[in-house]
Amino acid sequence: MLFYSFFKTLVNKEIAVELKNDVALTGRLHSVDQYLNIKLLETKVVDAERYPQLTSMTSVFIRGSVVRYIQIPKADVDVDLLQDAARKQNTSSQP
Amino acid sequence: MTECREPLDLIRLSIDERIYVKCKGDRELRGKLHAYDQHLNMVLSDVEETITTICKDDETQEEFTNTKKRQVDMLFVRGDCTILVAPPLRTT
Repeated sequence: MLFYSFFKTLVNKEIAVELKNDVALTGRLHSVDQYLNIKLLETKVVDAERYPQLTSMTSVFIRGSVVRYIQIPKADVDVDLLQDAARKQNTSSQP
Repeated sequence: MTECREPLDLIRLSIDERIYVKCKGDRELRGKLHAYDQHLNMVLSDVEETITTICKDDETQEEFTNTKKRQVDMLFVRGDCTILVAPPLRTT
């Protein structure tokens, strides 16, 4: 749930999504779900000449499992909050 | 001293530290770890990605190792691409 909450804070921000098939898209994050499926608006393909069939897309739904990387603007991330949340979430609950 | 019970606890020690991540597709990442989860999804900053490809010359049968590097300010990495996580290697 950590990254689901993280991405909810990034709604409406410009991100770049790189997929496992090497296609790279940029766009505005519209929404995300618990599986980290992504809905992107104002989508642009990074290497448009190589993938001409994708130029007509504007709004896309991306299945979370096909994502390799998501590039985020550094300024949009509260690093301290994120680290705190990661530490808390990963504390082992075993005695 | 914090107790380390599981491998994930070891990664927890590396939060806010630079780490080395080996990924599928002959990719390597070096960056500062900010967050991770049980799937090994991670957020890294000041990342350098190294992609290694092997080109074989058809005539000479020589193999050339090519590396391509890229810098990214802030990167989310999906856990299913990750192979291993470690402190950065001292040779680089």
